Amino acid sequence: MTISIDPQKTNNESLQPKGWLRYFSFSLDHKVIGIQYLVCGFLFYLIGGTLASAIRIELASPMSDFMPRDVYNQVLTLHGTIMIFLWIVPVVNGAFGNYLIPFYVGARDMAFPRLNAVAFWLIPPSGLMLVASYFVEGAAQAGWTAYPPLSITTPQSGQIIWILSVLLLGGSSIFGGINFIATIIKLRRPGLKLMQLPMYCWAMLGTSLLVVLSTPVLAGTLILLSFDIIANTGFFNPVLGGNVVVYQHLFWFYSHPAVYIMVLPAFGLVSEILPVHARKPLFGYTTMVFSIMGIVVLGLVVWAHHMFTSGTPPWMRLFFTIATAFIAVPTGIKFFNWVATLWGGKISINSAMLFSCGFIINFVFGGITGVALAQVPFDIHVHDTYFVVAHFHYIVYGGTVFIIFSSIYHWFPKVTGKMLNEKLGILHFIFTFIGFNLCFAPQHWLGLNGMPRRVAEYDPQFQFVNQISSLGALLMAISTIPFLINVFLSVRNGKNAGDNPWNALTPEWLTSSPPPVENWEGEAPLVEEPYGYGKEISEQK
Amino acid sequence: MTTLDSSKEIQKNNSEVNETHEDFRMFGLITFLIADGMTFAGFFAAYLTYKAVNPLPDGAIYELELPIPTLNTILLLVSSATFHKAGKALLKDKNSDSQKWLFFTAFLGIIFLICQLFEYFHLPFGLTDNLFASTFYALTGFHGLHVTLGTLMILIIAWQSRINGGRLTSQNMFPLEAVELYWHFVDGIWVVLFIILYLL
Repeated sequence: MTISIDPQKTNNESLQPKGWLRYFSFSLDHKVIGIQYLVCGFLFYLIGGTLASAIRIELASPMSDFMPRDVYNQVLTLHGTIMIFLWIVPVVNGAFGNYLIPFYVGARDMAFPRLNAVAFWLIPPSGLMLVASYFVEGAAQAGWTAYPPLSITTPQSGQIIWILSVLLLGGSSIFGGINFIATIIKLRRPGLKLMQLPMYCWAMLGTSLLVVLSTPVLAGTLILLSFDIIANTGFFNPVLGGNVVVYQHLFWFYSHPAVYIMVLPAFGLVSEILPVHARKPLFGYTTMVFSIMGIVVLGLVVWAHHMFTSGTPPWMRLFFTIATAFIAVPTGIKFFNWVATLWGGKISINSAMLFSCGFIINFVFGGITGVALAQVPFDIHVHDTYFVVAHFHYIVYGGTVFIIFSSIYHWFPKVTGKMLNEKLGILHFIFTFIGFNLCFAPQHWLGLNGMPRRVAEYDPQFQFVNQISSLGALLMAISTIPFLINVFLSVRNGKNAGDNPWNALTPEWLTSSPPPVENWEGEAPLVEEPYGYGKEISEQK
Repeated sequence: MTTLDSSKEIQKNNSEVNETHEDFRMFGLITFLIADGMTFAGFFAAYLTYKAVNPLPDGAIYELELPIPTLNTILLLVSSATFHKAGKALLKDKNSDSQKWLFFTAFLGIIFLICQLFEYFHLPFGLTDNLFASTFYALTGFHGLHVTLGTLMILIIAWQSRINGGRLTSQNMFPLEAVELYWHFVDGIWVVLFIILYLL
């Protein structure tokens, strides 16, 4: 069965607002939705970043003098939830996925444009609700994990709003995932084979599979948790015969894959950026594809490595340690492939490339501490210390956020038709890279020496190292300023980019900048070798 | 392909690819049902874990009567068959037959819900009595929500399959096929639920 164009609907679309107003409308254009995701996510990043700064100010001194202890708990809960559910997941999936995937599969839009718009418009209200939950009496303070019995026994009104908000964000994520799977599998241009797709498509396919398989479990779990809070049931309340470990299992069944939901798209994006700026084909395309799918499968069966101190039986410890160690194999393959892509390339040192290289360095560091944390004896020693905080931030900030910035520098010319200023970009990178490592590298030492996480006060012997960490956080906060100046200046009067400033071969560069409403003036181009650098560049020109 | 800009008439005529495409709404629905099934999988996993590791307090009642749920199982299985009949009838352009079968399916769904409520009111335990009771109501309630939603959708498509002015015809089978798939899915979940919750 086929569907033909519905003229009624087409006329309605042309009535949509033009210019900047369309970013505030229920637009069905995947490019508009992508930018909506990106800007919305960035605004929440600023809020989450402000909260992070507050945490680091508090931790500059051993006593809780900047804010009371319960406020500290509320701030760290909100920081974690905003950064994960409103910044990283929507941006690295929704923003770049919506903008790029239809280009990469040679389509004019996503498979379900209306569902796509619904998925985006779930985010601003639930985000505002989450931020507002901070101001009600008894804001959520159980951390982004909302572990019971903490989440049941602490004041509850904020926790309920928190649950509702995360449920809506999970729904948005599932709708997005369904859309990406249908687009990549079903909407490919005729003649385009799966193994010719740019790597980001594979990453998004893997990510969306994880979203569809694991997010519903989180939703079910949070519904049970809300029953415990509202209706006084005892699913996770040991006093009423419930079991907190069941919550942890169900929660981590989503939240470990969630780490891959946050980092797999970044793997895809860096695989797009490196070949362009190194002028070399992506090394080991096939192994990259199988690594991604390997990570998807293994990512679903490693969750209990977050729970080695939860009375986990020995066989479970053994299984989850081994499974986690196995993930190092596909991840290592990808790492070596990126290095091999750079090897002997004609590398341009620009902001996009610098952030991508920063990603590789930070990510390998976070990966090594990850393998270390999978080992039970070591994990029990550093569980719930700053070592875990450092590891996690090396993955999601040093990994994913670096790639988000790299991607913004890389695709800004396509989206706006203007170049970003390179000097400000390099300044942004230097501040971010130094600030990030200054902030989080010392936390490994803190954790190994036993400083617990999620506590407003600490032993005074840790003060000096904590102040170094806070100095790093200050540099990270400052790094946002050159970036914002850069974006505002470049949108207004940046250098004209032309259609393909990087001489890239992937399909999105084969149309005008910014692209027309339906992506291509004529037929979508068939790009069989998206990474054919070094041999076909003269023909393509 | 969904078209966003009407000013591109010429391009549309010149372009050979992508102006019509395979219908993948069903593909999207299946993906959604897999996600929905994972929610149930999470609930089932929680229930089985509780059963294995969390002993109930002394004197807690968790023996369930079998007659009503068995009747409910039969009702849902029959309703799956009647729904299938409705689809067959519509395919042969027998719209009024199709509508009759759809109403009959919705009727079976409503009977199922009434039986479920009857069982709720006659059970010796309430939502917060013990862990088993909570899990029982959460699981059957979440499934009942699915049946309610399905029954409403069946009533809507039954209205749409009316002879004069109904948009459900043998040329436009998708709404019926989609609801039918959803209904079979809900039935399948019930069979699993029946085995795990009542028989195990």
